[in-house]
Amino acid sequence: MMSVKIGVYVCHCGTNIAGKVDVEEVACWAANLPNVVVSRDYKFMCSSLGQELIENDIKEKGLDRIVVASCSPHMHERTFRGACSRAGLNPYLYEMANIREHDSWIHEDRQAATEKAKALVSAAVHRVVYQEPLEPMKAKINPATLVVGGGVAGIQAALEIAEAGYHVYLVEREPSIGGHMAQLDKTFPTLDCSACILTPKMFDAGNHRNITLLSYSEVESVDGYVGNFSVTIRKKARYLKEELCTGCGVCSEKCPKRVIDDVFEAGLGYRKAIYRPFPQAVPKYPVIDVKNCIYFERGKCKACQMFCPTGAIDFDQKDEMVTVEVGNVILATGYDLSDPRQIPQYGYGRLANVFTSLEFERLVNAAGPTSGKIVLRDGVTTPQSVAIVHCVGSRDKNYHEYCSKICCMYSLKFAHLLHERLPEAEVYNFYIDMRTPGKGYEEFYHRLLHEGTHFVRGRVAEITDAARQPGEEGKLIVQAEDTLVGSQRRIPVDMVILSPAIQARHDAPEFAHLFGISCSHDDWFIEKHPKLDPVATMTDGIFIAGCAQGPKDIPDSVVQGAAAAARVLGLITQGEVELEPVRAIINEEYCSGCRICNNMCPYSAIDFIEALGVSRVNPALCKGCGTCVAACPSGVITGAHFTNDQIMAEIEGILVSVAA
Amino acid sequence: MRYAYYPGCSLERSAASYHVSAMAVADKLGLVFQELEDWNCCGATEYFAINKLAAYSLVARNLALVPKDLSELAAPCSACYVNLKKTNKHMVKYPRLAEQINQALMAGGLGYNPGRVQVRHLLDIIVNDVGYETIEQSVVKPLRGLRVAPYYGCLIVRPGNGFDNAEYPMSMDRLLRALGAEVVDYPLKAQCCGGHMTQISDKVAYELIRRLLQNAAEYHADLIACTCPMCQLNLDAYQGNVNRHFGTDYRIPILYFTQLMALAFGLSAKEAGLGSEIVSAQPALAKIDVDMPKQEEEKKAKPRASKEALPMPAMPDEEA
Amino acid sequence: MAVEAGRSSSPSTFFEEVIANTPGGEALRLCLQCGTCGGSCPSGDDMDHTPRQIFAMVQANMKDRVLRSNTPWYCVSCYYCVERCPQEIPITDLMYTLKRMAIAEGLYADSDAPDWSQTFIGMVEQFGRSYELGLATRYHLTHHPLGKIGLGSFALDMLRRDRLALTPSPIKSIGQLRTILNKAKELEGAR
Repeated sequence: MMSVKIGVYVCHCGTNIAGKVDVEEVACWAANLPNVVVSRDYKFMCSSLGQELIENDIKEKGLDRIVVASCSPHMHERTFRGACSRAGLNPYLYEMANIREHDSWIHEDRQAATEKAKALVSAAVHRVVYQEPLEPMKAKINPATLVVGGGVAGIQAALEIAEAGYHVYLVEREPSIGGHMAQLDKTFPTLDCSACILTPKMFDAGNHRNITLLSYSEVESVDGYVGNFSVTIRKKARYLKEELCTGCGVCSEKCPKRVIDDVFEAGLGYRKAIYRPFPQAVPKYPVIDVKNCIYFERGKCKACQMFCPTGAIDFDQKDEMVTVEVGNVILATGYDLSDPRQIPQYGYGRLANVFTSLEFERLVNAAGPTSGKIVLRDGVTTPQSVAIVHCVGSRDKNYHEYCSKICCMYSLKFAHLLHERLPEAEVYNFYIDMRTPGKGYEEFYHRLLHEGTHFVRGRVAEITDAARQPGEEGKLIVQAEDTLVGSQRRIPVDMVILSPAIQARHDAPEFAHLFGISCSHDDWFIEKHPKLDPVATMTDGIFIAGCAQGPKDIPDSVVQGAAAAARVLGLITQGEVELEPVRAIINEEYCSGCRICNNMCPYSAIDFIEALGVSRVNPALCKGCGTCVAACPSGVITGAHFTNDQIMAEIEGILVSVAA
Repeated sequence: MRYAYYPGCSLERSAASYHVSAMAVADKLGLVFQELEDWNCCGATEYFAINKLAAYSLVARNLALVPKDLSELAAPCSACYVNLKKTNKHMVKYPRLAEQINQALMAGGLGYNPGRVQVRHLLDIIVNDVGYETIEQSVVKPLRGLRVAPYYGCLIVRPGNGFDNAEYPMSMDRLLRALGAEVVDYPLKAQCCGGHMTQISDKVAYELIRRLLQNAAEYHADLIACTCPMCQLNLDAYQGNVNRHFGTDYRIPILYFTQLMALAFGLSAKEAGLGSEIVSAQPALAKIDVDMPKQEEEKKAKPRASKEALPMPAMPDEEA
Repeated sequence: MAVEAGRSSSPSTFFEEVIANTPGGEALRLCLQCGTCGGSCPSGDDMDHTPRQIFAMVQANMKDRVLRSNTPWYCVSCYYCVERCPQEIPITDLMYTLKRMAIAEGLYADSDAPDWSQTFIGMVEQFGRSYELGLATRYHLTHHPLGKIGLGSFALDMLRRDRLALTPSPIKSIGQLRTILNKAKELEGAR
């Protein structure tokens, strides 16, 4: 082995490490390890002075290998690699020994901790000898961006990027963009009309010269890597020619088939088989619901075609596959409302006058199924008393353990709307805690107190129509313990509104898999770091925004949409990105083409080259996880920066130190 | 299909009609129930109030008595069912507890391997192992015209992870429908009858019983079908007291679901264990003795929705 | 993760003691005082304290007030609370623990319910099976016999329908059962 000159630096990290590990002793001891030319200890290696120590030693002593014994690579690997680079040493000739998270922070015994630190340093010193200089790959960034999800977060992201002058493909599954926000009536705490503040943005997004809107479309497959994604999108057939459609709406008017609209109207209203989801839909083109269309069922009708003034209806239209090339992707696919039928004691689905929050939003909306009249399920009767139930399926280990964040506020909003529209009605809010942390939120709560809402602090135990005494007959009885009073109460009301948990989209895990990102235990997309990096993911080039990342209100969704856009714009303006050279390399000479590695790769980074009969790793996609390296039965895959020699040396370093 | 059988103290006498009808029905359906040799009381809801380990051990002795060649233990009484199931489950979940229980059992020359036996309620076995289709096919005298309120009580469905929904069970509803009866959508079907409260506080006990009777009466039920001797006792034997206490005049007979099955299978009143109810079932059952004109397939009566009515969310099809 | 009750280190507070003596009792630490248990309890109206209040007092180590409360004795073991508790706290089992502790400390205020349970198990330990007539007579004669006139008619109804055995039917291996129970009590007492 050629001789190398190693510098060892043992950090005190204040008392974080030095409090448990005798760092001076370790540094002293390390000086005697093979190839070590200089061995120092220092209070804060990550400080500029600490880094300068390394840089100066490299320049003055001609060091060609550096070992820093300090914290986790997650914290400062980049820092020390930077120091090496600045001094002219290849950053991959540097190795880190974690004597903080792996040692001082987890052990009590000072002597044992010091011995362990020595072993870890020894391992690094032995390993670093075998490390090779590596050069990061550069990937060019395609300036076009894909945004999946046309809710408020996706729209915001798309507009920000488009305004900056770059092209965006905005894909939306439903016939129109707008998402859940388009279904709402008023928004808290300002009581802005939701459609009024959203539709201008929708219009902009639909008509921006830099945005290609692919509505009624879904992503089918994704290939590539950061800066160079190739995405295939299925444009579902609307069964009409968009270039001919004027959006006049005659087709819907004449369509004889009426069905329950369980998407936009939350199951509370109707639509036709050919329909536009709502009047301000963007784009304005209707869509034919094939499952309910009489023509597609049994070949009859065709009323829409007959009455269409421009002949836009085209029953023979097929789905179209479109492939776009983009540099980055933002996933803003939103949430689903959980189904309270899973919670039988609340009676949703059995008891007619129990409603969900989205049903109530549609009820109270002027463009909704009752034109904004608040009525019971019979469509006629005005309720005299309403109960609003917080925490339905949230904060509950039986359903979702998390808090859905938005329900306290919108439950207060409902209380307000009820007071406004039905001034004589009694309104009760049943809650566990009142969560109103945002700007103007607590003040909104006070407003509701002013308006005479009855607040009962008690999680509702059950909602029943079984009357026990005379005053309860014909009503829905909400039974809960009023914990502030300290006894059980049965409160008869006419109408109950449930605030169900919001949850990840039902197909979130499969969708995440398409893009190579992961989902949490609750199926929300996982961010790179929950505190410091909420819009990036572990997959470079894929960003997330809005409720797809976790429950949040409209302001936070907009913020995340803009944040994701900013990250993307940052990459676009840089023009190219560096990819870590820590990856697998297949020795094609010895590869037998067994392809075992192909399916093992969690990042789908291994291609099989038919012509040569060998597998090849796509260096841009490879994350260097090492799975294929371990799996290869012929042992012909090398993990750069994690070679067998390096790992063996590391092990030897520990054993040698322990034996000593 | 062979099962170990744990009748429980009530079925010996106070709920003998449950046992008699269950055995008659089992015979018809080809189920073999082998009674545990020299079983002891499960302790009901009493023993855990006095001594935890002794209470578990009392139950565990019965689990230990299940013959090696049988792995399923049938319990018709809901309280026995919960005690057996809970002891079994806790022995699996808490190894140290299991160790102590086995130490106690060993003192008596017995031992139990946690989880070896699966504890099942009689209703579970009938609806899941036999199946609704077979039951329907065995019906020779459909209970047409009889309005039955299916009363499950609490311990058959709670604590959960049982064979039916803990809040709104439907297995007995479907069973009764398979027997041809008209099943009332009884909202209090899984509410507690009060258990032993009749001995602790009349006031509390009678109110709990009253609620159940009132609700069944409101829905014009001809009788209440139940799955537990305690419920039957409370609703039946104390109905008179409840009436006196509240000045009501309920006369709702309380029968076990196995008794209704026996009648539907064409067995005699004696085989169905009829006659020991305090509140006579005669007037209600007279309805099905009468030659009723054959009614067409009873469609689930849906109130005709008016034009203005808003749509309801769909519930899973109960007829399935 | 199934957390075991009854560790070797003796619990230091009332709260810890309650948790230690209940299988799965650790979950009580998660109580948010939401009130679902109190809201669901069929006999909640008649309790001195709602189940939720009891747990608040347990967490505050108010041993005396808790064990004197009639709440555990009014628990009907219907498990609605257990089923609905958002933190999966084994409430019914905790109530049993409180019953046992109340008897052990002689602190229960309601003298009827504990005696009922004691009398019941007395029968079981004597015969191996419950003996209702014996149970009823022994219990009711010692607890306001005159107030229980209603039960007279109940007993007559039951006798008339042959639903009440006049004599007990002991099991054969009653000796074995007693040995097992005694061993269990010994082990329980040793903790």
